[in-house]
Amino acid sequence: MRPNIVVTKAGPRKTTRMRRLAKSPVMLNWMYLPALLLFAVFIYYPFFRGLLISFTDWDGYSQMFHYIGIDNYKRMLSDSRVHTVIINTLIYGLGSTLFQNIIGLLYALLLNKHGKGRTFVRVIVYIPAIVSPIIMGYIWYFLLQYNGGAINDIITAFAGHPVNLLGDPKVNVWIIMVVNTYQFLGVAMMIFLSGLQGISKDYYEAAEIDGASTMNRFFNITFPLLAPALTTSIILNLIGGLKLFDVIAALTNGGPGYASASLSTMMYQLYFARQDAGLAASLGNLMFLLITVISLTSLYFLRRKELSQ
Amino acid sequence: MKQRKRTIIYTVIGLFVALVHIIPFYILLTVSFKDMRDMSSKWAFPGYWFTGNFISAWQNAHLDRAFLNTGVITVLSVALILIFGSLAAFPLARYQSKLNKWVYGIFVSALIVPPLTILVPLYKFFVDIGFMNTYFGIVLLHVTFQLSMAIFLYTSFIGTIPRELDEAAMIDGATKTGMFFRIIMPLLKPVTATIVIMNANSIWNDYQFSLFFLQKPDSRTITVALSSFFGENSAQIGWIAAGSLLAAIPSILVYILLQKYFVDGIAAGAVKG
Repeated sequence: MRPNIVVTKAGPRKTTRMRRLAKSPVMLNWMYLPALLLFAVFIYYPFFRGLLISFTDWDGYSQMFHYIGIDNYKRMLSDSRVHTVIINTLIYGLGSTLFQNIIGLLYALLLNKHGKGRTFVRVIVYIPAIVSPIIMGYIWYFLLQYNGGAINDIITAFAGHPVNLLGDPKVNVWIIMVVNTYQFLGVAMMIFLSGLQGISKDYYEAAEIDGASTMNRFFNITFPLLAPALTTSIILNLIGGLKLFDVIAALTNGGPGYASASLSTMMYQLYFARQDAGLAASLGNLMFLLITVISLTSLYFLRRKELSQ
Repeated sequence: MKQRKRTIIYTVIGLFVALVHIIPFYILLTVSFKDMRDMSSKWAFPGYWFTGNFISAWQNAHLDRAFLNTGVITVLSVALILIFGSLAAFPLARYQSKLNKWVYGIFVSALIVPPLTILVPLYKFFVDIGFMNTYFGIVLLHVTFQLSMAIFLYTSFIGTIPRELDEAAMIDGATKTGMFFRIIMPLLKPVTATIVIMNANSIWNDYQFSLFFLQKPDSRTITVALSSFFGENSAQIGWIAAGSLLAAIPSILVYILLQKYFVDGIAAGAVKG
């Protein structure tokens, strides 16, 4: 093959400057310009504009505003409602991630090789993940509502009276976390299943010859080799949970007050209902910082663990 | 014998899991088909098929218009994602100069940033340039925020295409650009199918962008139409259930028919990390 190329290049064909330019790698970079332009206009420009807005007292619609320094950030960090909302966001993000991964892994082990109809069960577990989260919120509303909710029918049968599952700030945050876990559990399961299928049978055969117990095999073969799958699953679930919006909007709208709000829904309400655009922008920046720091540090530690094994 | 016992236990637990997970959808069905005057528990399946909820939901939430809007936005967005995504991925996969590595980093870093964090400036920007309530504006937003995933998948896929193919095309005198369109593009079919399925699903399901940027009744997508309905008529549970069922059915059907592509998309992330 090689000599052919040389012959062609040295052949009688005229290699003008234009022609050489057309073949150079640099000329290809035009191909990513449309994508880069979109990123610049719809992500990077608004991001920097958002930094500026967070230093103003802008109300979101008028032309008038003043620069007020870091007042919004001070107001945000001293507001106890914001503290609750940050804790809620962490419950939605970290809580869902924990349960999605534990249950997702158990399901993957259950549905990997044994049992009849396991493909059917996988489909059932995964279907919620492809339904719109806002619709998933409405579906759960039918289960959780105070009057005539499906779950309250059962509670009434045992306790004699329904329980205010969505209105009580002590429980609704956890319920929202469970609904999000239920919806995206299937994603974790699928990631683990594809991870399990990548593990060679030879390891298990060798372990069997050495007389390793089932537990031993799981902790010394399966789990370490699932590390890349675990990383992907954790990062995906973290990002999904920390930005939770739709399910909250459907079930409690963040209420009562901001008791079950996440940073996303609080920001939305500050902007559209309270006309506090400056504070909303600061909250957006806080959310950006929180998600970036949490996902990058987890990524760093998970990757390091992958390498050491 | 031990093997058979294990199969039975796994099957029983598996079916139990499926049963638990299907409950919300069962409730959705009973509520959708139940006459509002029927006060029986949501657990009880109506002994009749009542279609009044579907008709009311379709008319009152203007679901015909909403389905059309959602369909147009989904198709246009996915088409642009495929074009811009595959174009961008080619130089990034083939010519890993320092500059291109940076550009790749810029694209992939946006995987972490949720669009909501820049809601305030983005909304202001949309009002300023008159993109509110337009197909054009929302499509460009969807394209921008889904491009990262497409570029990520296309770049790693092109990386697996042997370079000998490029060289053969060069011998035949193709320019680099021509090479992309004639040699590489036809080979992208499998990964393109995955990207189409994943993006179409998430754009079809989108609520946040549509809620913020499509506020006129005429431009509403399905999710926004249903949510405005929920606010005004939270007593009309049957209508909301019927509307939700209609909105969810296309996704569920596509998933059941084309499961492979959904799983491939997730698996790609799991292997590459």
